[in-house]
Amino acid sequence: MEVSTQSTIQADVKTQVKNKKSTLLSRLRENRVTYLSLWFLVLIHIVVFLGPFLWTVNPEDLQQAGALAGWSLQHPFGTDDLGRDVFARMLTGGRVTLVVGLGAMLCSLLIGTVIGACAGFMGKVVEAVLMRLTEAMMAIPTFFFVLVALTVIGTSPLMVVLVIAFSSWMEIARVVYGETLKWKQYEFVEAANASGATPFRILTRYIIPQIIPSIIVAGTLTIAGAILTESAISYLGLGIQPPTATWGNMLQNSQQYIWTAPILGVLPGIAITVVVLAYNFLGDGLRDALDPKFVKK
Amino acid sequence: MLRFMINRAGQSAILLLIVTLITFFLVNLAPGGPSSTMRMEATEEERQAIVEKLGLDQPVHIRYVEWLKNGLHGDFGTSFTSSEPVIQRIMERLPYTIELTIFTIVISVILGIFFGVISAVKRGKVGDHVINFVSVIGLSVPAFWLGLMLILLFSITFKWLPSSGVGPRGEDFELWGWISHLIMPVLILTTTVLPHIVRFTRSSMLEVTSQNYIRTARAKGAKESVVLYVHALRNALIPIITIIGMLIPRLLSGAVITEAIFGWTGIGTLIIEAARGRDYPLVMGITVMITLVVVFCNLIVDFLYSRVDPRVKNV
Repeated sequence: MEVSTQSTIQADVKTQVKNKKSTLLSRLRENRVTYLSLWFLVLIHIVVFLGPFLWTVNPEDLQQAGALAGWSLQHPFGTDDLGRDVFARMLTGGRVTLVVGLGAMLCSLLIGTVIGACAGFMGKVVEAVLMRLTEAMMAIPTFFFVLVALTVIGTSPLMVVLVIAFSSWMEIARVVYGETLKWKQYEFVEAANASGATPFRILTRYIIPQIIPSIIVAGTLTIAGAILTESAISYLGLGIQPPTATWGNMLQNSQQYIWTAPILGVLPGIAITVVVLAYNFLGDGLRDALDPKFVKK
Repeated sequence: MLRFMINRAGQSAILLLIVTLITFFLVNLAPGGPSSTMRMEATEEERQAIVEKLGLDQPVHIRYVEWLKNGLHGDFGTSFTSSEPVIQRIMERLPYTIELTIFTIVISVILGIFFGVISAVKRGKVGDHVINFVSVIGLSVPAFWLGLMLILLFSITFKWLPSSGVGPRGEDFELWGWISHLIMPVLILTTTVLPHIVRFTRSSMLEVTSQNYIRTARAKGAKESVVLYVHALRNALIPIITIIGMLIPRLLSGAVITEAIFGWTGIGTLIIEAARGRDYPLVMGITVMITLVVVFCNLIVDFLYSRVDPRVKNV
């Protein structure tokens, strides 16, 4: 009896979620900017990840055309100050930049969700300690720590991902914390508790699935922030080191050649801006679409 | 009120302790910690002498306590790279960063509230969409790249503004020289916080205008402009004070990049120098100073908040 009630309640919630999802897609489609951003992001990821297989010029090799060569069929965007193919570097650099963004997002989602969910679910001392820690982290200018941490522990892509993640999980933790507090009061959670589910199971099977929409929104905006942070530290020369290209470190020397080869300075900057813009639009659009106060006009 | 302030001060002290603790152990325990700063060609005896002089032969927690004790007396040790006292190097640079951030804050708050209110009042219309669009662009452009483009435009093409430095100071002070050096850095730093203030003002304003007392004001026949700018804006402004407090860390992070682009000799360029030179006492000193600035700003914000909104006075 108990089990069946529980499963009907769960089924009920599931259909609700399903309805929510279908309206979510239609809501997203209504907002043209969001929809466009979504497709643009899909496209740019395909280009950046498949491009290097089709455009087989090695991004780290010096080309015969020499340094700072202009437009040509062999080098659609010319060559950089050392004579490397800019198009190939844009592709592989984009790959690194986007992977760092995605990786940092996943790590900070993990940290933020664990901290937020534990604080919200366990309450008491755990809640106090974890949320004060979150507030403390939000109150400090994290960029200083990113710089210091990278110089101390090194600048391999993995370290860059981890350091950025450790400096950007706080917003996610707060969102997850608030949502956990909200959902743990629902009857279906109580029912699960009464039927003897372990706290871990309640958290992972009953509460966190409800929070996923909010986590997706926060995650999308986190990627945008992570890409900006990565490009800023790479520009300062404290991030991922050449010859590995990223959109950020491609800009590092570009200002010297801004006259002879303006494309070196302009192209990576535009690429970063457009991708971050698309992620921000997508995040905003998702938030609006998921907002219960959303009014259809 | 007094209890509120004491409570806040206590929290700030704990924050400061956590921050210094994390930084100190990060800097000291990681591979490539302080002992790696010494030159490779140093002989074993020289190395030993430096280690002893810096107290690096002590365990790390004892060094932390020692450092904290000295720090409480305002002594953060000597910079590795210039052998000047850390506190002196920071104090030389801090005023420049404060100057930059104060101008930015004032401009961002004025413009942010202005555009935020317009956006809320014109909700769903062209003006709202344009402001929204520009805000998201502002959040998405990398500040350093925008800085490069501005330099390209205003310094190199038109030759109107200087591309780097803090301008004439002290005896050679000259008004235009000072302002012209400030314009681009302030502009770039503004783009990092302005969109947040605009968006926050907008949502705060929308929140307030949906409340009952606004309907009452309209129902009693108050003019729309009076309702918006007298009844609504006053209450909408209260949460904006908090967001300004929350933006201070972002502003200081942004200052690092802005200062790097424009060769502004503030605390941001100092932390880059310190990080590149692995100047650990300086890194620790800057960390403390920056946290102090943030803590101080938050105290001011809390104080203002309780002044403006009588409801939070007795919290």
